[in-house]
Amino acid sequence: MSAHAGGNYINHEKGLWSWLTTIDHKRIGVMYFITVMIFFLMGGIAAMLLRGELYTADQTIMSADMYNQVMTLHGSIMVFMVIIPGIPAFLGNFFLPIMIGAKDVAFPKVNLTSWYCLIVGAIVAFSALFFGGVDTGWTFYTPYSIKTFEGTIWMVAGAFIIGFSSILTGLNFVVTVHKLRAPGMTMGRMPLFVWSLYSTAILQVLATPVLGITLLLLIAERTMGIGIFDPALGGDPVLFQHFFWFYSHPAVYIMILPAMGVVSELITTHSKKTIFGYTAIAYSSLAISAISFFVWGHHMFVSGQSEIAGIIFSVITMLVGVPTAIKMFNWLTTMYKGSIRFDAPMLYAIGFMFLFAIGGVTGIMLAVLPVDVHFHDTYFVVAHFHYVMVGGTLMAIMGGIYHWFPKMFGRLVNDTYARWSWLFIFIGFNVTFFPQFILGAMGMPRRYFDYIPEYESLNQISSWGAWTIGVGFLIGLFTVIHGLLKGEKASDNPWGSTTLEWTTATPPPHENFDKQPVITAGPYEYR
Amino acid sequence: MWSSVAWAGRSFMPVAGSEVAEKLDSLYSFLLISSAISCVLLIGGMIYFAVKYRRKSANDKTAYITHNHFLEFLWSFIPFVLFMVVFAWGWWIYDESRDFPEDAFEVHVVGKQWAWEYLYKSGRQSVDLVVPQNRPVKLIMTSQDVLHSFFIPSMRVKQDVLPGRYTAIWFESKLAGEFNVFCTEYCGTKHSNMISMMKVLPEAEFEEWLANDPTKGMSLAEQGQNLLKLKGCVACHSSDGSRVIGPTFKGLWNAKREFADGSNALADANYIRESILNPNAKIVKTYPAGAMPTFQGQIKEAEITAIIEYFKSLK
Repeated sequence: MSAHAGGNYINHEKGLWSWLTTIDHKRIGVMYFITVMIFFLMGGIAAMLLRGELYTADQTIMSADMYNQVMTLHGSIMVFMVIIPGIPAFLGNFFLPIMIGAKDVAFPKVNLTSWYCLIVGAIVAFSALFFGGVDTGWTFYTPYSIKTFEGTIWMVAGAFIIGFSSILTGLNFVVTVHKLRAPGMTMGRMPLFVWSLYSTAILQVLATPVLGITLLLLIAERTMGIGIFDPALGGDPVLFQHFFWFYSHPAVYIMILPAMGVVSELITTHSKKTIFGYTAIAYSSLAISAISFFVWGHHMFVSGQSEIAGIIFSVITMLVGVPTAIKMFNWLTTMYKGSIRFDAPMLYAIGFMFLFAIGGVTGIMLAVLPVDVHFHDTYFVVAHFHYVMVGGTLMAIMGGIYHWFPKMFGRLVNDTYARWSWLFIFIGFNVTFFPQFILGAMGMPRRYFDYIPEYESLNQISSWGAWTIGVGFLIGLFTVIHGLLKGEKASDNPWGSTTLEWTTATPPPHENFDKQPVITAGPYEYR
Repeated sequence: MWSSVAWAGRSFMPVAGSEVAEKLDSLYSFLLISSAISCVLLIGGMIYFAVKYRRKSANDKTAYITHNHFLEFLWSFIPFVLFMVVFAWGWWIYDESRDFPEDAFEVHVVGKQWAWEYLYKSGRQSVDLVVPQNRPVKLIMTSQDVLHSFFIPSMRVKQDVLPGRYTAIWFESKLAGEFNVFCTEYCGTKHSNMISMMKVLPEAEFEEWLANDPTKGMSLAEQGQNLLKLKGCVACHSSDGSRVIGPTFKGLWNAKREFADGSNALADANYIRESILNPNAKIVKTYPAGAMPTFQGQIKEAEITAIIEYFKSLK
């Protein structure tokens, strides 16, 4: 079993201080895990409150100003503090070096710095609550963000600092992948999770600085009155949207690409079958990264940008659909003639494909110009991006946690609990967000504190669904804690996987491997 | 009344009020059906494989299939072609929806926190958007403060309304009746109350409406009350004593006002005039500063007088 003579990364050093000053990528990964879970709980509570308010057409449990603040907190926390760091900084940090046979990431101290950037950024962001709060939504659109509460500056400054966390993680991954692969680990033998993290890292390094600059300009405009975005000072509010989405569209792929990588691992392992179309999946990640820089204008079809710009952004957006479709078909074909086990990680992978298929086709609908004119800023968009971000990324995070839990902590989670959690989340998710497609088609705008009575019944269904998801995640939290405390001891390779991280001891030793692994074959040799 | 949100059959779209909206709905139906087929193929295939190839024993042998160029070409090329078809179809409709007819009837729209103001060439102002049936209508829009977005679900038109710039949309309603107008760009506290009504009238009725001067025969106080609606003041101030965003108008006249800085003053004509033109000069205790924009240059002296007369009549 895991009777490893040299100890493991958990008992290598002891005490809280040894964790807070660690430069071991695995420990930093675990610290990200805990942090992201806490943020997710906060963002989740905000979501429950929002659905409570939306349960009836008029004021239900909070005032309009309160609703707008809770809505902003939910969006900002979930985007900047949960979904973006979720997979790369947590699962990626822990497994990327092990999966390519390295002792650590290229710059371990930078890695620790990135965690502190997230913590400091989050503290600065939350301090907004002491300065009147923020009610701009996570998008901070000008000129509203220049005129509203003082807290906006703090939230924006927090997002700016958190951006560095993302940049540093990305930088580390790019260098690690290029420089620290084990002997024989060619690029073409890297697991697909590593490929997806690599594609993501490029986006993190190239796109995030643009957000940083934009947020700094916004702060400069607010505090010093320099006219950049505010028309009253001679600025252009649409310019802000161009800058913002130039980052935030690639950021959408920062959120989803790692999830796709996780799903590739889950499906091949739990179908016990080699991945279909390795090269296609690997390069489609790169293709998505590249194209994602040229589609930001599809968030702005009705913003007042020119018609020609709209047409060009529409056609380029269609192109992103192709590599995405390729991945879906590859996963499907991987299951063909496999030996599929329905343990919790595989259920999450299946849930991912189910929800991502719906998220994907509705994405194509939104890319069609006149259709988007009708759907833009309605609940159709809300439903679409939740299908992709929650149905996609969060399902993958959950699946990834259950998949790698034995390796990370040396214990197995109770599969029955994990499957119950999945059932509540999966059903609750569809009950919450499918009605929102219909609400959006009917014309209900997003960010509405109250609404006309015609929308009430669908909103009530949606709220019940949200609370079901809440129960599902609470069961999930219980499952994880129960696994940590009472889980059965795990063997080194409980799933019979072929990737490198399963060849080392469980939990992994301090520098991952006792002796340098030498790679002689591809990652998915199930024969 | 609620025709604008009624479900038009199977597609869950609002009623289609114009020809462009009908064309859009055909494209939408095509997208819906092809999406449904894709999802059934993908999800159905996944479930079929999951059941058929479920693990029977721990020693199951699986097929070693790494790739298939023909299949991979097919599932890249077929989606690509489909995507290009829906893109071109969308382009064609979008082109028409952005091709402004020369003879369109023009209405000016001003968005402000949190009301829409409609101005007609005849000089008439309105709180509802009243337009003629079967005649192209062009809306020329701008904002007085932050971003707004003008959305008429039944016409399938939406356009952001920006401060310091004009944007426009057009539509031609085939239906008479009342339709919702929403603001779809988040604009603050009462964003979700920035709803107005579009009334589409048959040509003759519309001409009559346009020629009619509703202020004729009104007393000065009544004109003041009308102005409060037209200027959007009622979005934040009530006349019945209830607190909205700003203080109520009820009992305002000649009352003693306590301010945030501790001072106080009598709400006389000069105080009201100052509060309209320079709203941040004196902030009533417990109310937010900076919430109200100035009306400097947007209101005439005679109009202020009428509003003051109305306040006097409100006991």
